[in-house]
Amino acid sequence: MSANLRILPVGDDALLVEVSSGAEAEALHAELSRRRSAGLLTVRELVPAARTVLLDGLTDPVRLAAELASAEIPPVAARTETAVEIPVRYDGPDLAEVAAHWGVAEEEVARIHAGTEFRVAFCGFAPGFGYLTGLPARYDVPRRGTPRTAVPAGSVALAGLYTGVYPRSSPGGWQLIGTTDAVLWDHTREPAALLSPGTRVRFVPASPGVRT
Amino acid sequence: MTDRALAVVRAGALTTLQDQGRPGHAHLGVPHSGALDPGTAALVNRLVGNPASAAVLETTLDGCALRTRCTVTAAVAGAPCAVTVDGRPAPWGAPVHVPAGALLEVGAATAGVRSYVAVSGGFLAEPVLGSRSTDLLSGLGPAPLADGAVLPLGCPSTPSARVDAVPLPAPPTELILRVTPGPRADWFTPEALRTFTTRAYRVSPASNRIGLRTEGPVLERARAGELASEGMVLGAVQVPPDGHPVVFLADHPTTGGYPVIAVVRAGDLAAAAQAVPGTPVRFVGVRRR
Repeated sequence: MSANLRILPVGDDALLVEVSSGAEAEALHAELSRRRSAGLLTVRELVPAARTVLLDGLTDPVRLAAELASAEIPPVAARTETAVEIPVRYDGPDLAEVAAHWGVAEEEVARIHAGTEFRVAFCGFAPGFGYLTGLPARYDVPRRGTPRTAVPAGSVALAGLYTGVYPRSSPGGWQLIGTTDAVLWDHTREPAALLSPGTRVRFVPASPGVRT
Repeated sequence: MTDRALAVVRAGALTTLQDQGRPGHAHLGVPHSGALDPGTAALVNRLVGNPASAAVLETTLDGCALRTRCTVTAAVAGAPCAVTVDGRPAPWGAPVHVPAGALLEVGAATAGVRSYVAVSGGFLAEPVLGSRSTDLLSGLGPAPLADGAVLPLGCPSTPSARVDAVPLPAPPTELILRVTPGPRADWFTPEALRTFTTRAYRVSPASNRIGLRTEGPVLERARAGELASEGMVLGAVQVPPDGHPVVFLADHPTTGGYPVIAVVRAGDLAAAAQAVPGTPVRFVGVRRR
């Protein structure tokens, strides 16, 4: 991949690099992370998002922008570590609505979701909240018309083609399909975040009422 | 009494512990946080002989009151306010000797918004990702001060600095924010871009540590539709659908989905932290360095 990067200056010491797909953004983030680990790139924050990667705290953004303009970005390599497994009870209040959007039975929503291998495309919204990609395009769902004022911690949710788990109770407009006891964020744990960009994730169905 | 601590007698409207923040975790959704006016936080630390990294208190508009359990040196600066020890006037912007058992009162700001309070030894709290800052957006770090709380202190490392008085900028009567074009300036009409850098705005009362909200002429977009979520920097000026610019401050979200019309120079944000609601704001376009 090359030549389709759009490089946008942000203030005096940051660059926003835009690409044309989520997969390209993941590849770009992986390549920039590799360069950073190898000591080839000095940057305070490297923030992947849906179609962009932000590089903040650069010493010479102009030179880096010139360098990136002709950079070769290898496609994202298959991750070899095992997927993080998140046990989930498919008991969310929006299960019927999601089933209707998908045109399937409610049990089928659980089967499709648990049968998908996800990857954390990026994080944001709250510490420990990952935007997980992997669902095929036909499973797109809109956000709720009216966001809930309080979504319980551990809610497994869908919006667009993303799935995610609320790390703590907060307002939110995603469609809630299930619940997990997995701890997404614990600052006394190393690492604090269960999910970080690039992590592979599988949801494992647990019986309703069974504490996992 | 020998325990190194202060008791909170009056927490004030919003008083939080702040240090230099927690950089390097934006990709996990963790804001930078830290003192909104880092220069003043470093200064009050210097006045009491602390390293710049020590945690200080950041008050909001109406100060706070603390009872010492040990002898300390304290310093208050930032928003000007009356400082008293057991009711007797004490200097602002200079080291103050506070004996054990005394009441240190930080009065309401007579101008500006946020006063900073350093105490020799620094405030202790469990660091989260290397920082003792309270992050109001994500709830990381210690909770805001509450009446009756006890704040443990570290041990003073060196004798207090012999600094008697320091020059400090007065809180702004007009906030001038130098801006460079944002990554999504092309989402706005030429008219909106002109309006943004030529018309007067005011600081909205809805401002907080997350963002300086403004009131003024509405900025119209040149294009409709949604912007996919993307990384946000400190000082980013985001324009939500209501058309009123919001300047992102220390507790800002690490990603966001509204277009950024401009970015405020980092050096101008300390003044933004001291601008009271109603203060006129002008965004002045400058070239990138």
